[in-house]
Amino acid sequence: MLISRETKLWMYKTMLLSRRFEETIEQIYLEGKTPAFNMANGPIPGEMHLSNGQEPVAVGVCAHLNAEDIVTATHRPHHQAIAKGVDLKRMTAEIFGKQTGLSGGRGGHMHIFDTNVNFGCSGIIAQGMGPACGAALSRKMQNKPGVAVSFIGEGAVNQGAFHESLNLAALWCLPVVFVVEDNAWGISVSKQDSTAVARNDVRAAAYDMPGHFVENNDPLVIYKVAGDAIDRARSGGGPSLIEIETFRLAGHFMGDAEAYRPDGEKAFLESKDPIPAFRKILLAEGTTDVALDHLKDQVEEQVSAAIAFARESAYAPAEDALTQVFAQGEYHE
Amino acid sequence: MSNTKIRRLTIARAMAEAIQQEMQSDPRVFVMGEDIGALGGVFGNTRGLLEEFGRERIRDTPISETAFIGAGVGAAQDGMRPVVELMFVDFFGVCFDAIYNNMAKNNYFSGGNVKVPMVLMTSTGGGYSDAGQHSQCLYATFAHLPGMKVVSPSNAYDAKGMMIAAIRDDSPVVFMYHKGLQGMGWLGTEAAATVDTPEQPYQVELGKAKIVREGSDVTIVGLAMGVHNALKAADKLAEEGVNAEVVDLRSLVPLDRETVISSVKKTGRLIVVDEDYQSYGVSGEVITSVVEHDYSLLRSGPKRVAYPDVPIPFARHMEQFCLPNADKIVAAFHAM
Repeated sequence: MLISRETKLWMYKTMLLSRRFEETIEQIYLEGKTPAFNMANGPIPGEMHLSNGQEPVAVGVCAHLNAEDIVTATHRPHHQAIAKGVDLKRMTAEIFGKQTGLSGGRGGHMHIFDTNVNFGCSGIIAQGMGPACGAALSRKMQNKPGVAVSFIGEGAVNQGAFHESLNLAALWCLPVVFVVEDNAWGISVSKQDSTAVARNDVRAAAYDMPGHFVENNDPLVIYKVAGDAIDRARSGGGPSLIEIETFRLAGHFMGDAEAYRPDGEKAFLESKDPIPAFRKILLAEGTTDVALDHLKDQVEEQVSAAIAFARESAYAPAEDALTQVFAQGEYHE
Repeated sequence: MSNTKIRRLTIARAMAEAIQQEMQSDPRVFVMGEDIGALGGVFGNTRGLLEEFGRERIRDTPISETAFIGAGVGAAQDGMRPVVELMFVDFFGVCFDAIYNNMAKNNYFSGGNVKVPMVLMTSTGGGYSDAGQHSQCLYATFAHLPGMKVVSPSNAYDAKGMMIAAIRDDSPVVFMYHKGLQGMGWLGTEAAATVDTPEQPYQVELGKAKIVREGSDVTIVGLAMGVHNALKAADKLAEEGVNAEVVDLRSLVPLDRETVISSVKKTGRLIVVDEDYQSYGVSGEVITSVVEHDYSLLRSGPKRVAYPDVPIPFARHMEQFCLPNADKIVAAFHAM
């Protein structure tokens, strides 16, 4: 599968956007949380799961998706949301809990829904997989275009939902692709301490579907493998399972002391940061520093505009908490 | 409606007819669940549908409730109107995340942008010695959690109208049908649940209780099988000259507190019948509705006839000892 220069630049710019967005969120998250760290304080309260390091997965997969395609994501959704084209301003406002947020502040960072690009997520491990199967079934039954991609972490593969969904997708030959982001850690428990197989792509065989494993967080390989699986789903060939070796540069959540990591792991991972590495590839292929810096400037503007939008937006009246429980916007006491 | 044909239907047949008619008029409606195809549902509520609509829209599933109820959520969010069956409500323990974290919360967490127009139908109730993993009602477990409507009909007329209303509702609806009312002889069915039912499609509004017997001395509130026990108790009380009013809640969410309060205003006495576990449940909620509104409406302390807080036993005499019945309701009145 050939990758156009345009696609590569989109991948670079989108990874950078996700990274710069999260670096900015990280700073703002700490406002009001020093000297004593209390998660409830500051302009962005609650848990914060950063995805920095995992950007190649998001761009390598979402480069093949259109707005009509469905994505279900996890508690760590920013990179995928950005790559899927979720409205960055409204997502940022949601993370701040503002009225202009995607759900007006009801969902927050683990519950990002943007119907314009068919993106949704759940904070419960592996529980987006069934809904992804259902969305894929819906397209198949209605004979409408579109595939579903369900992102999960490597910690999700031992959930019943994983096995049930793989079986259902294969049984019904659904246009769905399951993407396991293997960042090696389920909070503090390592993959090898939780999973009986070294690589989860082998589990695809149990459900008679293709399984792929991508090593070393390589955006170009991810692009190729995901492209093949998505093309297969689009053309009626059924589901695939892809596991992608990636890594998180941050803790499970902000405030995680990461004492479980072996000495030197963080420094080693930082040396393998996929974004500077991808920049080197682009430069070697003839893209100029000037062109890439220009993309970076655009990204900075997008992030600044999103943050400004969120900061300047008002909070919804607290009583709005009592609306939108049911479909007509109502709440039943 | 003058030329509407009226037939006596069981709840099972009324449900199947409601689904059939909605499937005929709306291509987005489909059914999935365990044994809902060739078998027609263990409790008969999809009988005949496979023959008419085929395997694509009457979709037998593997025994994978997490996957197929989750798939119902995903399909509903994508524009379909799935009717998904959880065969026994007791099985919710293997799949509740799909129900209460996805089905019930995605409307809210999307600020109303994602609708989940899905019906989750599930059987409830015991009385036939199936023990505590196949006999529970668990009404309050579902009604406690926000974001899903929860209904349970007591007769075929309501079952048909409420199923049509549930399928057309843009919110998720948990449609709980009591096995003892289904009209399946092998479950020892309650004959009074089989009633005249029009052939034409019609809706029974969700969230509206119904006074099924008027009276002035005591209000007896129940749902599903509880309504039939209440009506039998009312007959017995009538022999003593006591005039009982019986309220069929029909819906737990939304709960029609007004109808209950209005009835108690008239009678001054309240008994709640509930086949679900007594504590933290329907009976407490109904009584609180009245007391919070105006505790002076009550001329004596309210009573509840509910399932004791024990797992449902197998032995027939033990189960029957625990179940609500008409005599217990009469005794509760006498204790007021």
